[in-house]
Amino acid sequence: MWGHSFRDRMAEQKLFRSRAIFMALFIFALLSLLAGRMAYLQVVLHEKYQGLSENNRIQLRPVAPNRGLIYDRNGVLLAENIPSYSLTLVKERVNSIDETLSYLKTLINISERDEEQFRKRLKYNSRPYQPVVVKHKLDEKEIAQVMVNRYYLPGIDVEARLVRHYPEAETSVHALGYVGRINQKEEERLDKKQYSATKHIGKLGIERRYETELHGQVGYQKVETNARGRILRVIEQEDPIPGKDLVLHLDQRLQSAAAKAMKGYRGAVVAIDVSTGGILTQYSNPSYDPNLFVTGISHREYSGLRKDPDLPLFNRAIRGQYPPASTLKPFLGLSFLDAKAVTWEDTVNDKGWYQLENDERLYRDWKRTGHGHVDLHDAMMESCDTYFYDGAFKTTVDKISPFLAKFGFGRNMALDVPNALPGLLPDREWKKKKRRRSWYAGDTLNLGIGQGYMLTTPLQLATATAVLAAKGQWHTPRLMESIGGVSDVENMETLDNIILKDPKDWDKMFKAMQDVITGSRGTGRALRYNLNFTMAGKTGTSQVVSIAQNEEYDSEMMAERNRDHALFIAFAPVENPKIAIAVIIENGESAGRTAGPVAKAVLQEYLEGAQG
Amino acid sequence: MAGTDFSHQMTGSQHQNGFVRSKLLFARFHIDLTLFLLLILLCCSGLLILYSASGQAGDMVQKQAMHYLIGFAVLLIAAQIPPRIYKILAPWAYLAGVIALIGVLALGVSGKGAQRWLALPGLPRFQPSELMKLALPLLVAWYMSNKSTPPKFITLVKAMLLIGIPLVLILKQPDLGTSILIAASGILVLFFAGMPWWLIFSMISIVAACAPLMWFFVMHAYQKQRVLTFLNPESDPLGSGWNIIQSKTAIGSGGIEGKGWMQGTQSQLEFLPESHTDFIIAVLAEELGLIGVLLLLVLYFVIIIRGLYMSAKCSSLFGRLLSGSLITTFFIYVFVNIGMVSGLLPVVGVPLPLVSWGGTSVVSLLAGFGVMMSMYTHDVK
Repeated sequence: MWGHSFRDRMAEQKLFRSRAIFMALFIFALLSLLAGRMAYLQVVLHEKYQGLSENNRIQLRPVAPNRGLIYDRNGVLLAENIPSYSLTLVKERVNSIDETLSYLKTLINISERDEEQFRKRLKYNSRPYQPVVVKHKLDEKEIAQVMVNRYYLPGIDVEARLVRHYPEAETSVHALGYVGRINQKEEERLDKKQYSATKHIGKLGIERRYETELHGQVGYQKVETNARGRILRVIEQEDPIPGKDLVLHLDQRLQSAAAKAMKGYRGAVVAIDVSTGGILTQYSNPSYDPNLFVTGISHREYSGLRKDPDLPLFNRAIRGQYPPASTLKPFLGLSFLDAKAVTWEDTVNDKGWYQLENDERLYRDWKRTGHGHVDLHDAMMESCDTYFYDGAFKTTVDKISPFLAKFGFGRNMALDVPNALPGLLPDREWKKKKRRRSWYAGDTLNLGIGQGYMLTTPLQLATATAVLAAKGQWHTPRLMESIGGVSDVENMETLDNIILKDPKDWDKMFKAMQDVITGSRGTGRALRYNLNFTMAGKTGTSQVVSIAQNEEYDSEMMAERNRDHALFIAFAPVENPKIAIAVIIENGESAGRTAGPVAKAVLQEYLEGAQG
Repeated sequence: MAGTDFSHQMTGSQHQNGFVRSKLLFARFHIDLTLFLLLILLCCSGLLILYSASGQAGDMVQKQAMHYLIGFAVLLIAAQIPPRIYKILAPWAYLAGVIALIGVLALGVSGKGAQRWLALPGLPRFQPSELMKLALPLLVAWYMSNKSTPPKFITLVKAMLLIGIPLVLILKQPDLGTSILIAASGILVLFFAGMPWWLIFSMISIVAACAPLMWFFVMHAYQKQRVLTFLNPESDPLGSGWNIIQSKTAIGSGGIEGKGWMQGTQSQLEFLPESHTDFIIAVLAEELGLIGVLLLLVLYFVIIIRGLYMSAKCSSLFGRLLSGSLITTFFIYVFVNIGMVSGLLPVVGVPLPLVSWGGTSVVSLLAGFGVMMSMYTHDVK
């Protein structure tokens, strides 16, 4: 029993030991097999897999849709996409960035600014194997220089990309806006998928307003790339859907005519198609080239634009807020009539000033000697201030302001000019709220000549003039005529048509405005020469609010900047109005000599240019 | 020979052999210092690779370090428990495991198309198959240690039945990989117990003959797909073949010296799937090259040899059988994982022991080493 048991244990241990040794050998063999397998992959097949790892990157690449084109009403191309060649670098494939750059510099011109920009982009580009642009806009010679030497430049490539281009440059920017590189803030807000291949986004104007429609939908490419990140073949492709083309109401001929007429002036022109509300012209002078912004404007150029005292970046047409001065008089006159405060027959004796009861202050007419006895027609024609002081006083602000509001003053009525400013239409409530003072009779008098608190943008003035020309019929002003061939006149929010108590007042006001041009005492009489169509207009001269006095100032320049602003509104032809226009020339002084001719030039281009 | 005490095996005997061992501090806590240090070395290497494989995810590395800490704590506790307790526990653990496996099939939580998890109220979610990994060898070792050696044929058949029950239950989940590994851990006990060679070879022949039948009657569509992919990964390079092509590319492109730690394009650019779990060896191979792979293989080999040595030095049959099975199972994990990642074997979801990310496997593996240390140190007292 004992011995048996003992022998059993020994046998047991021996058996186990032999099995364990067998297992150890077996395990050694299998681990050697693994080691052999690994060595086979890593040594024998190393080159193959090295290549696979470097070359055989199957990637899903987003493909940016082509941005929709923008045309004017006559089919003139305002925004297009042209190929642009950029030199790119993939950090991970370059041995030494500094060496590569210095070698590149021997081939093509890389400015300090290019290099500085490149280093900045490199720092912000955290994704590996992403090409980073070294230089934009290569010319053909530069492309050739790089391509010939590409063998010595691993990681360097020339990339073709469609870039937005504005052939009309300066003349269209204040309506179109422009596209620019997507910035960080925009990136957070944008649809990551849709914009995965898109580098640019509408920053201003129409480009921004219709971004969604213009952008289109992203496509995809499944590609095989080689060790240098270059696409060898496309395995699968889902084409992007290009953005929709846009046709604007804008008339590039008028833009050019306005630009030409405005040369040397600071100011703006807005013209509107009376029957549709389509904006025919939206021009601000001085202007700038939007193409500078597309590939990234240099710091120097940008600060040059910003520091220019003439403020080229300032879109006066929609953001310039000026007192309308006498150009408000047609609307004021109608408000007097509609309130039954005056009739066409009533006259006022203008001695050169107007005085309120119990008030010493004299409210002066622009004509020191006065206009004598004037009725509304003559007061319009000669722009008699005293008549309008009297009319405003009789009508009161409580009737004037609501009436003016019907013409769109005090708010942005445009459908697709989102950053237009609303101007200011004052009334009692506004003054109490904003100025913490009650409305004085003097304020009403100032409003009666379009001065004081009242502010309008050229776009608002043009809109009101168009509504006037349409005898109160409202068409929401807008730039867009059709998107992707569809004239989408959606029922946008608009104002009620204006119905006067006596519709004949429209015609009488038209006549008075026509006589501004044709009357021998009309303030715009200088415009009547060589005029082949009938035109109704109104001049205006608005006082410039005193500018902050600097210790050191260019006296000549300051003197110039203290001159009155010249304004002019008009529509033509009088019998069947087609176009309404508003022009403002900052410090233009005489509306008849500066703003008027600009308006006339644009109207002529519109009404006569087509035949010519 | 004097002082050798042959008490009955049933009571979990302790006896002294002739070896004189220095009484290290570790020995007092039933820790084998050599194995312990080797395991720590392996875990540290694991953290290093994981840091790169996870894309420098510090929190992931921290969590894994936590897993290791828990695992070593469990190892320490497991080593303190004397073998006789394991003997007493063996049948109960097995029973609990079988019941839990039935529970999984009845009311388990499914994930990725298979029911593997059991969510009991008041307990963390766990995979009963993980429990079986320890319970089955424990039971078979207990059963065989009560029988005479070499085992009789009828004993082996009975043991096979005990192995068969969890095998079928886990197959039903379905989890082919785990069920085969668990069955292997049981059969290994039989192998160490002295299962005759003729039986071993005839079993291998039967399994080989049954493989085609498995294809038609047992395997699920995704399992068949894995086998097909294994046979020809290039047939579907963007779909099911992607993993294996990318891992082979990662390994092969690493070359002898590797691309450098955290410099692997395959893993860092996320071409390599599951880079921090099942395919982590491909990251090592890509970044540290063949040299890194060989070092790791040597480390595994040394651990396994030490484990086998310890098993052989256990003087109780129970301890020998259990330890031998556990360490060989550990090896099987290493082999299956690396074999699968390098394209030698079909893709089965087996982590690289103690290196792949994951708490459950780390803790259960280290618990197994704790059991082995208990068997080794208590026996030689």
